[in-house]
Amino acid sequence: MTNALPTGADAATEVPLKRRLRRAERTRQAKALALVLPLLLFLLFTFAGPIAGMLWRSVEDWEVRQVLPQTVAALASWDGKDLPDEKAYAALASDILAARAAGTIAIAAKRLNYALNGFRTILTSTGRNLKAVPEPGTARETLGKINPAWRERATWTTIKDASGPITGFYLLAALDLTRNADGAIVAAAPDQAIYRDIFVRTFLISLGVTALCLILGFPVAYLLATLPPGRSNLLMIFVLLPFWTSLLVRTCAWIVLLQSKGVVNDSLHWLGIIDAPLRLIYNRFGVCVAMTHVLLPFMILPLYSSMKAISPAYMRAAASLGAPPLTAFLRIYLPQTLPGIGAGSLLVFILALGYYITPALVGGAADQMISYFIALYTTETANWGLASALGAVLLLATVLLALVYGKLVQGQQVTGGMKN
Amino acid sequence: MEAGMVTPAPALVRFSGIQKTYDGEHLVVKNLDLDIRKGEFITLLGPSGSGKTTTLMMLAGFEVPTHGEIYLSERPIKNVPPHRRDIGMVFQNYALFPHLTIAENIAFPLSVRKSSKAETQERVSAALRMIKMEALAHRRPGQLSGGQQQRVALARALVFNPQLVLMDEPLGALDKRLREQMQLEIKQLHETMGITIVYVTHDQSEALTMSDRIAVFNDGIVQQIDRPDALYEHPVNSFVAHFIGENNVLAGTVESVERNYCRVTLAGGGTVAARAVNVSGAGASTSLSVRPERVAIIPNGSSGEAPNRLPAKVQNTIYLGDHALAVLDVAGNAEFMVKLQPGAHHSLGPGESVFITFRPEDCLALDPV
Repeated sequence: MTNALPTGADAATEVPLKRRLRRAERTRQAKALALVLPLLLFLLFTFAGPIAGMLWRSVEDWEVRQVLPQTVAALASWDGKDLPDEKAYAALASDILAARAAGTIAIAAKRLNYALNGFRTILTSTGRNLKAVPEPGTARETLGKINPAWRERATWTTIKDASGPITGFYLLAALDLTRNADGAIVAAAPDQAIYRDIFVRTFLISLGVTALCLILGFPVAYLLATLPPGRSNLLMIFVLLPFWTSLLVRTCAWIVLLQSKGVVNDSLHWLGIIDAPLRLIYNRFGVCVAMTHVLLPFMILPLYSSMKAISPAYMRAAASLGAPPLTAFLRIYLPQTLPGIGAGSLLVFILALGYYITPALVGGAADQMISYFIALYTTETANWGLASALGAVLLLATVLLALVYGKLVQGQQVTGGMKN
Repeated sequence: MEAGMVTPAPALVRFSGIQKTYDGEHLVVKNLDLDIRKGEFITLLGPSGSGKTTTLMMLAGFEVPTHGEIYLSERPIKNVPPHRRDIGMVFQNYALFPHLTIAENIAFPLSVRKSSKAETQERVSAALRMIKMEALAHRRPGQLSGGQQQRVALARALVFNPQLVLMDEPLGALDKRLREQMQLEIKQLHETMGITIVYVTHDQSEALTMSDRIAVFNDGIVQQIDRPDALYEHPVNSFVAHFIGENNVLAGTVESVERNYCRVTLAGGGTVAARAVNVSGAGASTSLSVRPERVAIIPNGSSGEAPNRLPAKVQNTIYLGDHALAVLDVAGNAEFMVKLQPGAHHSLGPGESVFITFRPEDCLALDPV
């Protein structure tokens, strides 16, 4: 206090003051950083790192480069218009011999087989039949004799396309696209073009579940926000009850309820409403019911918090100004719940996009969502490139949605949303 | 006001035998009969829990009377929902719709009545002009100060020309200076527009400033309905005397009643003459009410006849700018206030013995508290 006045007036002593302030701030910031550091490191290792790894794997192409390095080098200057020259054949022969010795042929064969069906056979048969390094100048002939596929341009373009170090192959495949022999992007063969449908299915199921959650959750949230505290707390416990049970248990409970000899079918049959059991599970209906049940609290809680903030005086004011109940609800109440509707819908939608266990257990073959295929490629076929590419596409779509939502919410805040 | 008394305007609102209970055990409003005339500014005044807000909410239609009927323009409205009552209302915290602009807020009652676009626009801009806030038409309520929000709430309640405007402690959230300014503005609007206003407050000075008539509520009962000056000068019971304005209370027993006056023996010693307002007869206990400004201090030693002359001891004096107060100990009441001319307090020292005097007509014998 005593030296505050002279410091403020004197320009010479002002600089040390500023420096002191910075130093004081730095200590404070360092302390704050130290507090969040454990979480930051945790997130880095468990979240940011794996995501970056996934994104990298979706474009990485290392197998052919590692197993057939001389071939990749020799093909670097190939224009792809005609068959490559003798040098490339010699490089391939030498690579194959080396790879057979190292036992790594299968790695390259698997990667090349993704791009061209049957490549595995070409490569392994060549590896089996190539006894020694061909005489200089005879490599093309020797290889062509072992497998006529080496006389085809497509075989070589496949190797060149897969020579890395990065590739759009997996990302294109995730969108049902591929490159033809000329390098142009074209639609994939119909028997391989399944992912777009699966993405559409994933989005449709998620949208449906979000809509169901909103329709079912809105009245519950309204009740929660308007009931007297005692009863509203009791209701809140019921809303939160599903959180206390494992996802797996809840999903299995739906199987017990909905299967053809399940509780629902038996009850309906006993009441004489149906003769034959209804098909309630292992189809889209079962998936939507089970997912809605699991995700409902994520809709109700944001709705509840936005409704709790709406003073009952607004509805009274609307009525006193001449608005019938429905008008007052639509024009005064509903607009004020929009942030809650947006937050709840986004939360439910994004969670639903990644659902795996529930559709796998209560869905049919035509109800599997994208994460089922990601899991399939990760754990069973070990096609990490395609799994990562599918994950990357899903991530991109989710981020886009979140950005759109953020934009909408921001717009809301600029133009209103302030409470008095 | 004399002219108003000659031809009383017809009752716009009539509460007839209204009772209201929330829990089925206690009556919040006990047997309310109240007429509100057209063009009148009537204030429901009382402490919290006295039933005044419940009465207002029943009139607005947000609460249903347990018993009795409310008439608006001779029409029973007990079963008319709030949105068909054509009553404008200003709420305690303004209740401006936060997601709408000021202009949209004011246009709301017009748009739900399906007014034409041109008419709505015209009336909204007239209302904005009235509250001098044309420049802020496209702001949101959250961007306005409390006083500005209050004006918008007022404009919104008036823009559809309701036959009645209700105000539920509308100035409670404002600071003192702004509150006094808004009191004058509301009063002015009332006079220029000729609207009927029912105003609820617990602030007696606000009620005295603004109202044509004040209904004093306590314990679910209207204690007295009268003009502000009549309430002050002629309270009918101790509650009203104590609630409206400053008041000194002296407890005593009625000795004799003679026409409109009675003699009262004070509990703390001494006998005074008082106007018999609310006493049952000789022998009854009573509370005497004397306003601080109706009491004079006789300096010690001066002689001469004075009515109701009582000994007093000065406790202390309080300087208040435009006047001063002396706190005396009179007949057992240690907080007996006497209003002094500014400067007069210098001559009174704590502990000094003096005499006070007041006229019998300024001393009211009321029900015992």
